Amino acid sequence: MERLSFDLAASSLSDMNRFLHRDLADGDRRHVSVVNPDGAHNIAVGLNHPVTVEVHGHAGYYAAGMNKHATVVIHGSAGTGVAENMMSGTVHVKGFASNGAGATAHGGLLVIDGDAGLRCGISLKGGDIVVGGSVGSFSGFMAQAGRMVICGNAGDALGDSLYEAVIYIRGSVKSLGADAQFEDMTDADYTALAELLSKAGMDHDPKSFRRIASARSLYHWNADADQEY
Amino acid sequence: MDTKPVTFKRPSLEQSASFDRSVIDYIQNAAAHGLYEIRGLGAKRKLPHFDDLVFLAGSLSRYPLEGYREKCVTKTVLGTRFAKKPIELDIPITIAGMSFGALSANVKEALGRAATEMGTSTTTGDGGMTQEERGSSKTLIYQCLPSRYGFNPDDVRRADAIEVVIGQGAKPGGGGMLLGQKVNPRVAKMRTLPQGVDQRSACRHPDWTGPDDLAIKIQELRELTDWEKPIYVKVGATRTFNDVKLAVHSGADVVVVDGMQGGTAATQTCYIEHVGIPTLAAVRQAVDALEDLNMKGKVQLIVSGGIRSGPDVAKALAMGADAVAIGQGILFALGCNSETYIQNGEHVSAIEGYEALGTAPGFCHHCHTGKCPVGVTTQDAILEQRLQPDVGARRVKNYLKTMNMELTTIARACGKQNVHHLEREDLVALTLEAAAMARIPLAGTSWIPGHNGF
Repeated sequence: MERLSFDLAASSLSDMNRFLHRDLADGDRRHVSVVNPDGAHNIAVGLNHPVTVEVHGHAGYYAAGMNKHATVVIHGSAGTGVAENMMSGTVHVKGFASNGAGATAHGGLLVIDGDAGLRCGISLKGGDIVVGGSVGSFSGFMAQAGRMVICGNAGDALGDSLYEAVIYIRGSVKSLGADAQFEDMTDADYTALAELLSKAGMDHDPKSFRRIASARSLYHWNADADQEY
Repeated sequence: MDTKPVTFKRPSLEQSASFDRSVIDYIQNAAAHGLYEIRGLGAKRKLPHFDDLVFLAGSLSRYPLEGYREKCVTKTVLGTRFAKKPIELDIPITIAGMSFGALSANVKEALGRAATEMGTSTTTGDGGMTQEERGSSKTLIYQCLPSRYGFNPDDVRRADAIEVVIGQGAKPGGGGMLLGQKVNPRVAKMRTLPQGVDQRSACRHPDWTGPDDLAIKIQELRELTDWEKPIYVKVGATRTFNDVKLAVHSGADVVVVDGMQGGTAATQTCYIEHVGIPTLAAVRQAVDALEDLNMKGKVQLIVSGGIRSGPDVAKALAMGADAVAIGQGILFALGCNSETYIQNGEHVSAIEGYEALGTAPGFCHHCHTGKCPVGVTTQDAILEQRLQPDVGARRVKNYLKTMNMELTTIARACGKQNVHHLEREDLVALTLEAAAMARIPLAGTSWIPGHNGF
């Protein structure tokens, strides 16, 4: 397997992204390293092949945005919107992630070893997110489908206006958002959680987690419409 | 002997201006239900609009062009600033973003076919891109909305341009709304939501806040499409001068400004009637912003919100727009608010359908119910058959064609060989309000209220 390396101190981001989109055949060259990312925005966005991209350093906004099929590993921290709208594949942040990590992800797995900022997993649409540390406020806001695993603590308004996504949390929750509620863990939850933790390489006992899901009382705006005085 | 208070016969039936019958009805409904009203379409109140402007055509001081034979170019190019593949249209009249969900798949297909035949573009909406509209549209603009329902990179790649929607004229500062009765299995699947839930979209994008972030978001979309596709930014008209400047700063190729007459499939009435500014005022501010930045002609401007006719298009262009987008007019062309729908060439009465909604043709704004009597704004398997794609495509094409003929007729009368040569000096205003908002002199005078200190 041929290894390719892009030095973002020397070559342009657009050239690299175009290469990743177009020239990277499904043949031999399946492993790409990015050095000197220096917090550049939009590294490896829109990947559409089963390749592995390793970013050696910190990434800016939207790293691996809208990823499909690819595996992207960031050996550093990631800015806002890492793996936003991911469709499939895996994105692994070895450091910390900023706001909106995994926002609107439809599929795939986002692993963050450290903490994540505000609104982690906002409007999640079927993707899975595992955070080794804690998440900021408004995480899981309006999350529609998929699973979020938080090994640390959560800030305010966790799971506000949740739809069908499920949140598993090990630590404390500063406050739950509107319509989010703690629920009993089932055997299916323990199985799913164990699998997600194992995929993410996190060594925690599933029994130490709690489940948060939607009370579904906001599903209809006119719940009281029948009242007539 | 009894003394009675004096009553006058006529004033005893005098209606209050502040509390007229519609206000009393509103208050009594609020008291009965404890809920605000949600409805479709746009502002119903009278507003300063393009009707309040007229053209000064050619005469002795200017030469008109012969109305039928002399050439008048309508070609329109959008997205020339950064995109490698700008959008080239035959006419400056485009179809505005309307969602699959709000509209049926038949309607989306009809719009694509009509737009393609007329050489113009159509636009997706909240809820993603359907196969029907991609297949039928030569030029399809793909919206990136706060909710990101059905948003995916494959559709970004197969779109011809991307429109980042910040807001909408009918509800600037608010998110979309699709009530449960329209969330059928296909709509639910496309939006990743349980069937039948009321879907209330977010009002802010999930992964950016503010213009500096938006600049990076736009760069992401450019990187993802290898800088090929134009990026539009759509704003609902409020602080339009500032918003347009910030959209340009963020790197937009095209700015879309949607005034308060713009339509919606379902929004709170208080929003529709009381938030945002009229299209006329918004065009003026948008053009001012582009001129202030020396970006006129480099960043194109699309104007929407209550554009109905060829003269409206001509006036928008004369004020400085590069193109217009039409939503509600297209719905009316399809048969919205018509007494009949067309099935296999025959007109069939839709009156019962209107009556069931408590309304009548000419007044209906019940898009939000999904029970559209003419099959336009519905997801009901039976009702949607009332709009056949063939019929819809033909009617929308005719409407676009008529407006384009009117547009070129006016442009020729003003002596222009190209509709984009229409200029604000070709216009005068009929009312003080329009003169002040559009900054166009009152007819027969050189007076622009508020200009030059008085």
